[in-house]
Amino acid sequence: MSGTRSISYVQAINETFCQILEKDEQAFLIGQGVTSPWFVGNTTIGLIDRFGPGRVIDTPVSENGITGIAVGAALAGMHPILVHPRMDFMYYAMDQIANHAANWHYMFGGQLSVPITIWGIINRGGEQAAQHSQALQSIAMHIPGLKVVMPGTPYDAKGLLVASIEDPNPVVYIDDRWLYNQVGEVPEELYSVPIGKGIIRRAGKDITIVASSYMITEANKAAVTLEKDGIDAELIDLRSLTPLDENIIFQSVKKTGKLVIADGGWKSCGVAAEIAATVAGNIFEYLKSPIIRVSLPNTPAPASSALEKVYYPDANSIISAVRKVLKQ
Amino acid sequence: MKQYTTPIAAKSASNIPATLLQAMYVTMLRIRRLEEKVADLVSRKEITCPCHLYIGEEAIAAGVCANLRKDDYVFSTHRSHGHYIAKGGDIKTLMAELYGKATGCSKGRGGSMHLASPAMGLPGSSAIVAGTIPLAVGAALTFSMQKKNSVAVAFFGDGAVNEGVWYESLNFASLKKLPVIFVCENNLYSTHMPIASCLANTNIYKKAEAFNLPGFRVDGNNIVEIFETAKRAIENARNAKGPSLIECMTYRWRGHVGPNYDLAKGLRSKQELDYWINKCPILALEELLIGQGIMSKSEKKRIYEDIEREMENALTFAKESPYPDQNELSNNVFKAGNR
Repeated sequence: MSGTRSISYVQAINETFCQILEKDEQAFLIGQGVTSPWFVGNTTIGLIDRFGPGRVIDTPVSENGITGIAVGAALAGMHPILVHPRMDFMYYAMDQIANHAANWHYMFGGQLSVPITIWGIINRGGEQAAQHSQALQSIAMHIPGLKVVMPGTPYDAKGLLVASIEDPNPVVYIDDRWLYNQVGEVPEELYSVPIGKGIIRRAGKDITIVASSYMITEANKAAVTLEKDGIDAELIDLRSLTPLDENIIFQSVKKTGKLVIADGGWKSCGVAAEIAATVAGNIFEYLKSPIIRVSLPNTPAPASSALEKVYYPDANSIISAVRKVLKQ
Repeated sequence: MKQYTTPIAAKSASNIPATLLQAMYVTMLRIRRLEEKVADLVSRKEITCPCHLYIGEEAIAAGVCANLRKDDYVFSTHRSHGHYIAKGGDIKTLMAELYGKATGCSKGRGGSMHLASPAMGLPGSSAIVAGTIPLAVGAALTFSMQKKNSVAVAFFGDGAVNEGVWYESLNFASLKKLPVIFVCENNLYSTHMPIASCLANTNIYKKAEAFNLPGFRVDGNNIVEIFETAKRAIENARNAKGPSLIECMTYRWRGHVGPNYDLAKGLRSKQELDYWINKCPILALEELLIGQGIMSKSEKKRIYEDIEREMENALTFAKESPYPDQNELSNNVFKAGNR
């Protein structure tokens, strides 16, 4: 197998599962809706027919129990891929994620590890309101012992999923349903995108924009518009939140002196706050103006589409932030 | 008060080989002497991490684990010393862990509530009530997927059955017929609360019926009854007949945590405590072993002396071991390299 095709984000995930389950006998998929044709956005379509119910395990709505079961399987030598099709329901599982999976390696002096992929899907918009819309990356990022990745392209959807499954630690793999129909170049063969390394999506000299996941799409749109006005923005895709690639951010900010951070989570104690503090605490002398965060307001997600339009940040929010930093 | 403990019947004990009976006696006594030593060390502030002592409950760990192989997994709780010893964990590294030393079984990162002995089939213990129950189900799922005939055992207290994850775990284990044994150590108290104050139905074993798995209640101070019941449940699990729940009625002599008896706090009566001390699981087996001529008095003396020596060696090892290097505080947050 070789070659690169243009496929969707969903197809990239689905293909990765097929190839990993084929290659790794210890890998299995478990969670709600993995045999459903719609539950997880078609990402698991066809898997049950190919690999059977022993390796594609649809489960009752018992988030904490099933997460613990997957953690126990990982301790016993398996490589489970556990899905929480809506991150809102993942709160139920926080005990097993934070108290158990995240602590197990440290708490027993490095003797044991939990090679689990915890796949959380952000499933927002469509007037789904406060309990069907949440993006919990900052909570995952807060907990020592969890790696956190947020692929923003079909290429990364596959490469970071492979890296997550192959990692010896618990990795929280977060994707956003708004990315699912995006199409991009994806190699046929298995490859991995290294966890903990960001990438410069667009080089520029006037201002640094840091983003991840779907916010990369919006940031890209923003950068194109800004370019027309003669503003040359550098766009960094973090790819991973933990470990955070501080170096790539520092190098860029040292060059531009200005920083806007876009994240799809809440502002308070969020990903953007962490990055702002890291930059200010380490390379303050390079900053030429205050850092601006583009994130969700500290408000639950509303239902009405009229309110959703102002709730979710987009390219315009990023453009406004950039102009504010540049005092334009 | 309802009497849960019955004398060990010589007839049922005769089904168990004499050497095994004596081995279980030694295991119980090693747990007892370790715990008494720890109680003393905690009282003298030699050991400062919170210790939840297993004194009075030894027959459960000893009787269940006597049926297990090294490749069977046991998942434990905050009250983990007994399970660790019964599954074959090393006493020196246990003591060093209680002292917070680098040579501890968890390298001084876990303390009393987080003991592990991966090589002996104890992949950890959790202080979050009911936290390891789904982990045991996950290990059982692995055994089932890998077509091994190993089993997983989840030990937990009566307090854990108030946690939702217990029900989630029972349901999934029964649904998939997984080789897991749920062993409830019902010591009648959930920290300070009598179980009747927190359980609408105190017949914990009957909850199994709701999930279509066999549930048993046994005298948790009667090693023969525990051994025999666990044996049947484990054989069923090995033969792909699914999980079982065993409720073991017992009593912890000391308080929820620490070396005291909790009498001064007014949580329970002296009369109740004395009742259970009279039902000591170790003395019950000792009487049988001596009465049946399986163990002589001189053998008993030798066993005691061996255990004392083992404890003293463990203590010396713990005291002489170094503390963890402070520069290594943040080591092992993540595992480096490959899976």
